[in-house]
Amino acid sequence: MVTALAGEQSRARKIASTVVDPEMPMLTLVDLGVLRDVTEDGDHVTVTITPTYSGCPAMATMRDDLVHALTDAGYVEIKVRISLSPAWSSDWITERGRRQLRDHGLSAPGPAATGPVQLSLAPIRRAIDCPRCGSDDVRLTSEFGPTACKALYQCSDCLEPFEHVKEI
Amino acid sequence: MDDLDLDHDSVYDGLLGGDASQWAFGTDFEDPLAGVDTTIPAGVDGDLLAAYCLMLGDDALIYAHRLSEWTSNAPDLEDDIALANIALDLLGQARLLLARAAAADPSVVPELPEGSPVPPEDALAFFRDEHAFRNVGYVEAINGDFAVTIVRLLLFSAHRLALLQRLAVSADPVLSAIAAKGVKEVTYHRDYAGRWFVTLARGTEESRRRLVAGLRTVWSTYAELSRPTEVEMRAAEQGFGVDPATLTDEVDAVIEHVLATGGIERPDVPPSGTGPTGRNGRHTEVMGLLLAEMQVVARAHPRGTW
Repeated sequence: MVTALAGEQSRARKIASTVVDPEMPMLTLVDLGVLRDVTEDGDHVTVTITPTYSGCPAMATMRDDLVHALTDAGYVEIKVRISLSPAWSSDWITERGRRQLRDHGLSAPGPAATGPVQLSLAPIRRAIDCPRCGSDDVRLTSEFGPTACKALYQCSDCLEPFEHVKEI
Repeated sequence: MDDLDLDHDSVYDGLLGGDASQWAFGTDFEDPLAGVDTTIPAGVDGDLLAAYCLMLGDDALIYAHRLSEWTSNAPDLEDDIALANIALDLLGQARLLLARAAAADPSVVPELPEGSPVPPEDALAFFRDEHAFRNVGYVEAINGDFAVTIVRLLLFSAHRLALLQRLAVSADPVLSAIAAKGVKEVTYHRDYAGRWFVTLARGTEESRRRLVAGLRTVWSTYAELSRPTEVEMRAAEQGFGVDPATLTDEVDAVIEHVLATGGIERPDVPPSGTGPTGRNGRHTEVMGLLLAEMQVVARAHPRGTW
């Protein structure tokens, strides 16, 4: 059994780390914080991933793409395990992932709320900038977007609509 | 095209090449609890755990289906998308809960023809008859207009959020993990419904009139959410479930806050019914039609692969 040591990546982990999110292909599963663990033993690999949202249909594709990439690399038996706890948090998106989001016109999440759950009847106010023109004069158009993980915004200066990856 | 993505650019590749790893979204039946330790904890009865997870899973499944009926019918595109997303979150929670029920007590899963590729959670969703569903009647009711939908979603989300927060420390680690994840999602649902409630309450005369009427419609059925069954009481005793009656004060404080913000009086409508409900398999007339629509394709093709 080979587990990646600190500062050293196993071959299987390197390959798994190249797999991207099917909806946001500028992010690898590492950038997204979905890839939790990769262990290999000869030509057997076990990959552990954490679902982002309970109903996210992209999870099935992520799992298939992991199997595909590792199969192409010569591994024979690939198991993809689900880790439910701790639940995925947008805080797990890496710094590189946040830069990638911004470079592709998406706004990265701020810190996720901690502590007791609050009811917020006023629109959530996030200190975010337009990923295109940098203006902080932006308005929320919907807390729900084209995928489970995004809210919709519009910039009041350049008028471009953009997507914000939600805090969760 | 230099940047042609061979893994995703043609949905037919997987079909033509026979490469199972290239199928499009939703075409595989991997276990949503793959690799998760589903051992029943000491002091917990597996059949009771399954019965309890069916209740919570069926609430989410049936309500997800009902809410999804708004898709392409909502007042504007943003709310169309919002309600579809909320339904999707609930469907995801249902899938996990039904899978948990099946793992805890495989005898709850309907038998299918030999060789059927249908996984246990889908067998539970699509191949049970009406009397085997354990959801509250509250979630099967027809949507009504947008105001009725918002009121029903607000009361449901407030209740479910309180429930999931308590279940996050369930004695069953699988249920606890499912609940902890659900808390993050339902927080957005409750906020969405709460904001629309206040917007409708303080909007036009017509929006307020409809909201007040919607509140009266939903209020009489709301008590069902906190009316405990024997399964829930025993689940609470075994430390993995919650007696929903113990959530009432907490949920009520949230509802009171929303009512006050909207300047809406608490309705003086008495709760309807006290006897056996959906939790015991006794459903209202609309449930049959809902199930017919939800199940018809899967039942017509029990060996189908999607």
